[in-house]
Amino acid sequence: MYLYDQYDQAMVDARVAEFRDQAQRRLEGKLTEDQFKPLRLMNGLYLQLHAYMLRVAIPYGTLNSRQMHALADIADKYDRGYGHFTTRQNIQYNWIKLEDAGDILADLAEVEMHAIQTSGNCIRNISSDHFAGAAADELVDPRPYAELLRQWSSFHPEFSYLPRKFKIAVIASDTDRAAMRLHDIGIQIVRNDAGELGAAFYVGGGMGRTPMIAPCIKEFVPLDRLVTYAEACLRVYNRHGRRDNKYKARIKILVHEMGAEEYTRQVDAEFEHMLSQGIEPPYAELERIRTFFEDPLFEEDASADIDRSDPDFALWVARNTHAHKAAGYVSAVISLKPVGGIPGDATSEQMRLMADLAKDYSFDEMRVMHTQNIVLPHVRLADLHALWTALEEAGLGSPNLDTIEDIIACPGLDYCSLANARSIPVAQKISERFAASGKTEALGKLKLKISGCINACGHHHAGHIGILGVDKKGVENYQLLLGGSEAEDVSLAKITGPGFDEAGIVDAVETAADVYLREREEGERFLDTYRRIGMAPFKEALYG
Amino acid sequence: MDNLSSENDTLIRYRDDEPVDHAAVTVDSFLDQSSASAVRVEPGDDARELLPHLDRLSLVEVNFPAFGDGRGYSSAQILREAGYQGELRAVGDVLVDQVAYMRRCGFDAFDPDAPLNEDDLETALSRWPEVYQSAADKRTPIWSKRHA
Ligand code: SF4
Repeated sequence: MYLYDQYDQAMVDARVAEFRDQAQRRLEGKLTEDQFKPLRLMNGLYLQLHAYMLRVAIPYGTLNSRQMHALADIADKYDRGYGHFTTRQNIQYNWIKLEDAGDILADLAEVEMHAIQTSGNCIRNISSDHFAGAAADELVDPRPYAELLRQWSSFHPEFSYLPRKFKIAVIASDTDRAAMRLHDIGIQIVRNDAGELGAAFYVGGGMGRTPMIAPCIKEFVPLDRLVTYAEACLRVYNRHGRRDNKYKARIKILVHEMGAEEYTRQVDAEFEHMLSQGIEPPYAELERIRTFFEDPLFEEDASADIDRSDPDFALWVARNTHAHKAAGYVSAVISLKPVGGIPGDATSEQMRLMADLAKDYSFDEMRVMHTQNIVLPHVRLADLHALWTALEEAGLGSPNLDTIEDIIACPGLDYCSLANARSIPVAQKISERFAASGKTEALGKLKLKISGCINACGHHHAGHIGILGVDKKGVENYQLLLGGSEAEDVSLAKITGPGFDEAGIVDAVETAADVYLREREEGERFLDTYRRIGMAPFKEALYG
Repeated sequence: MDNLSSENDTLIRYRDDEPVDHAAVTVDSFLDQSSASAVRVEPGDDARELLPHLDRLSLVEVNFPAFGDGRGYSSAQILREAGYQGELRAVGDVLVDQVAYMRRCGFDAFDPDAPLNEDDLETALSRWPEVYQSAADKRTPIWSKRHA
């Protein structure tokens, strides 16, 4: 994985010093809260319902055991002994004191980590495929391109006060595991007919209150112009993005209102101009970054055998592992979705265990998934049983990846000051209901996503089943949505009809699941059945 | 650092020449009248309209009515990229925490609504030992040093 050189370290250290200075000026009253707010936000510090929340960047979700140990130590030292892995492949601490924030940033800097641009109206932490560098189906490892863009976007002088936050995802496989087309810019590394690598640019996607699927505006940008093209995309957005209404300020609204064609025309014109400005790092820099992402030394003839005689182990292997490019290896997913648990939460003890297991079994590397689980990317089949046994003992062996128990839920009204409704208890009740009824297995792949308000941090638009918390005359109410997907078959979910109360929404999810079990044809997922039969049978069962 | 000269209470300049002594006009009136040599760019203005007239400009003020509106950074970059050499002055809600980025985008004068504390300004401008991007200030980016 990428390691800092003296330059990267100097930048992160300077940021720590800058933030300490800003916090000091705030405490001395030299900065008003209004002036301080965007500064603390650019360091990931939010004011929530009960305390400050600190969001730490995990670039493209990749981290090593030393870093995970540091995250665990921070949880113990400055928080309540746990952390929350997020849909942006980051980690959040929910009980932070402003006075401690500088020290936490300093602790992070010691392990090449930071909270730079994890919030605020700037280019946020760049996300990627959680199986990058491991997946059997990828063209190349997408992370070197994400790292190149991370450096370009860090402390960007022109784009630090954008109309709104700006999120970029980079993938390099036709299977989209990063919700690429629901980002402000989604980049897919592709190969053209001449055999050269380049980047396809999708611009103007997003969730939030007006979900949009990004159109492809450029099918092939040569790799030695990646930064220049991204810069052109941002400049046109900075010029025209709306500033009068924060709900219309995301680039998706601009691309939609201006039209993808006109937006692209303006980007191309800007790009032509910028080519003469010398802003692109030399190709050698990309090559330098690539050397950090070379394959670890996989064992040549790692055994492909696996003893599945233990049915619990066999189920976990079937559900929680993913095909690897090296024979005899898989990527193994540690579920942070125990039945009845809080999706994405991990205690400091669990973090340390995951770190140690990564060191023993996965070349010292982990990934955070946008579905709030942790991946050990390179595990020998021969080590799987030992790994699973250790996870089981720690309560981390839930065999529920991509099932209805693998719920994405935003923090909701338990933490978030913008929430209309709680998300976490609904997630807990649903996973308990389905685990108890035994229907999880029968339902197979079913993505359920819950947001506590229209801002859609829980990606409810992209759930096969989505749940949106709304406020109905001061009472928490939940709308049900069906038919969304964030993957390569991307689509936006539709609302079924009137909402439900907390107990009612759990019943409604089960009712919708039952319609699928009744109607499905061979080999269909919930989403496929919904697409074939449409909304009507579900409505009938829910409201009929 | 270039000459730091103070002309009124709040004006800070990083240039050696004398400040322009007449008021800046709006972009619209600048484009209408051939005599003006100072113009004020508002956030909604398109700085590219000025590019054919750069040779008769000696002062461009870029207004920041609210510090969170970052359109002025692009206006500055665009003017410098086109070769504008005159004074580029950030005015309005210009705070010490934004001046380092403003300098990078080519601003060489500040006339903030509220005076900047000199020590804080000095600290802010000397904060960053390195830069990741190539910008109007022509500082050598990290990627260039790595492959020098
Ligand atoms: S979706 Fe709404 S409630 Fe949930 S975290 Fe985002 S802003 Fe808060």
